[in-house]
Amino acid sequence: MRVLGIETSCDETGIALYDSEKGLLGHSLFSQIAVHSEYGGVVPELASRDHVRKTLPLINEVLASSGLTKQDIDAVAYTSGPGLVGALMVGACIGRALAYGWNVPAVGVHHMEGHLLAPMLEDTPPEFPFVALLVSGGHTQLVQVDGIGHYSLLGESLDDAAGEAFDKAAKMLDLDYPGGPQVARLAEQGNPERFTFPRPMVDRPGLDFSFSGLKTFTLNTVAEHALEDGLPDDQTCADIACAFQEAVVDTLVIKCRRALQQTGFKTLVIAGGVSANTRLRERLEAALAKIGAKVFYARHEFCTDNGAMIAYAGCQRLLAGQTEELGVSVTPRWPLDTLEPLDDQAAPESNS
Amino acid sequence: MSTILAVDTSCDACSIALLKDGQVYAEFIQAPRQHSQRLLPMIDALLKKHSVDLSDLDAIAYGRGPGSFTGLRICLSVVQGLAFSVDLPVIPVSTLHTMAVGAVNTGLAKDQDLILVALDARMEEVYWSLYRLQDGQAVPVTEEFVCSPSDVPGHGDLGFVAAQNLIKVGAGCHYPALEGIDAASEIRELLPRAEHMLGLAQYALKEGQVHMAENSQPVYLRDSVAWKKRQRIR
Ligand SMILES: Nc1ncnc2c1ncn2[C@@H]1O[C@H](COP(=O)(O)OP(=O)(O)OP(=O)(O)O)[C@@H](O)[C@H]1O
Ligand SMILES: [Mg+2]
Repeated sequence: MRVLGIETSCDETGIALYDSEKGLLGHSLFSQIAVHSEYGGVVPELASRDHVRKTLPLINEVLASSGLTKQDIDAVAYTSGPGLVGALMVGACIGRALAYGWNVPAVGVHHMEGHLLAPMLEDTPPEFPFVALLVSGGHTQLVQVDGIGHYSLLGESLDDAAGEAFDKAAKMLDLDYPGGPQVARLAEQGNPERFTFPRPMVDRPGLDFSFSGLKTFTLNTVAEHALEDGLPDDQTCADIACAFQEAVVDTLVIKCRRALQQTGFKTLVIAGGVSANTRLRERLEAALAKIGAKVFYARHEFCTDNGAMIAYAGCQRLLAGQTEELGVSVTPRWPLDTLEPLDDQAAPESNS
Repeated sequence: MSTILAVDTSCDACSIALLKDGQVYAEFIQAPRQHSQRLLPMIDALLKKHSVDLSDLDAIAYGRGPGSFTGLRICLSVVQGLAFSVDLPVIPVSTLHTMAVGAVNTGLAKDQDLILVALDARMEEVYWSLYRLQDGQAVPVTEEFVCSPSDVPGHGDLGFVAAQNLIKVGAGCHYPALEGIDAASEIRELLPRAEHMLGLAQYALKEGQVHMAENSQPVYLRDSVAWKKRQRIR
């Protein structure tokens, strides 16, 4: 089954074609970062406007690059939540109408299930069951994954998401949006010995997170060392970025280890934008090696929003017979653990 | 004879119409916040009822705005998907112009009368434009504007028109500044309706004023909402 995937939940338009037999056939992404960075964050109205401009041209691009035509598409998958309502609406309406016009089935995909399954597109995909750490701009969750749709929430952030914390720290350090990669880059020049930031909630039992205290601590540290223009000198900024990143990464590592111990699982999957963070990957690999567990993640471009993960997740649900009615609805808030479990829990085949 | 589907969801309603063999078939429902749920099933039912396949259409016309941003995008997204799927051209039709046609169809306007069309743009602004009834057609006199209601009465083209030669339509007329403009009649509840798009769409199709789905856009008019830009320190 060849599935066209459409992702428009936030500020990237992502399109992909996934074939259940041959794997990923093509994908393309338009990032609106340049539009939104001027405003220091996503402006929902501008995001929606860009999706209407970009979705069809990107579909043309992906069809051309994979040497296929519209007639080769067997089904359409689109992100139907969670996300920005106006942005979701564009991809969902285009996707549903395309499927109607082609007379093929359509399915709405949960954006975070897309993230969670993105590592399945790699040459050595993880096998069920596993613990997933979803760390993105809007989510920080630990999820027990027993199969597609079999999700139980183990813990989550009580306030800011990890990606959001990165973005806010970046703003305090006068860095561009989105802040995650910028903070990470600056942190490389930082001296890890200079500051020690709190590791929120690690001394408490359980698997929940909280990043708002860390945010305040960062703000205070910036203020304490601020020069006349309100910003510390460059080296101090780098030292703060470094201490901040260490604190977030440390917290995530501790909770992941705890989740693996609690479930007895030996596989961890990290997904979402923050899973692109090199330091997080390194630290998790080292920590998990010690307990005989392994960490899986998607290639860089499939950590942040993309169409490939939606095409893949949609394909699995379509193969299980799930389809969408003609009326289009999107779900801006949509807990992951309310998804329908799929019966078929066949281990994913190797993609290589 | 052309076969055209017209779609508008710029206000609270879902309005669609089909031109086939010179006949017009229309469906109209009030559907606040339900556009996306209702629109495709409505289109499907209308096409089936009149035994029209999507690929039988010569073009799809969409209400390109101005109007509710989300409504415009739901309309265009659905139309883009439909048109792209079977390679149909699309035709953008102004919602204000559509309303002017609706006003003409009421029979209230006489030849050479002016029609002031105004939609409530919220944020204390109106979308508006002026049309003249000429040989049965609503012909644009001005461009389309978004502005404070108080800027409408002073507009040059409105200055010299006698009250008996003006009619006012649209929800934007509720603002006192527009209420104060004397007119022969007013239809505040007049909405853009897809059946009133068909004549404009047919003309556009004949003139080749069509687009590929991937090049079609809404006309928001309001392009510079005061989104706050970020101040950088260094
Ligand atoms: N290398 C990195 N290090 C840390 N954070 C990163 C890195 N790369 C991206 N991020 C963060 O990831 C987030 C974007 O990820 P993603 O696109 O998955 O989130 P989103 O789609 O906005 O939110 P959600 O998926 O929860 O709806 C941003 O907050 C960004 O700062
Ligand atoms: Mg995301």
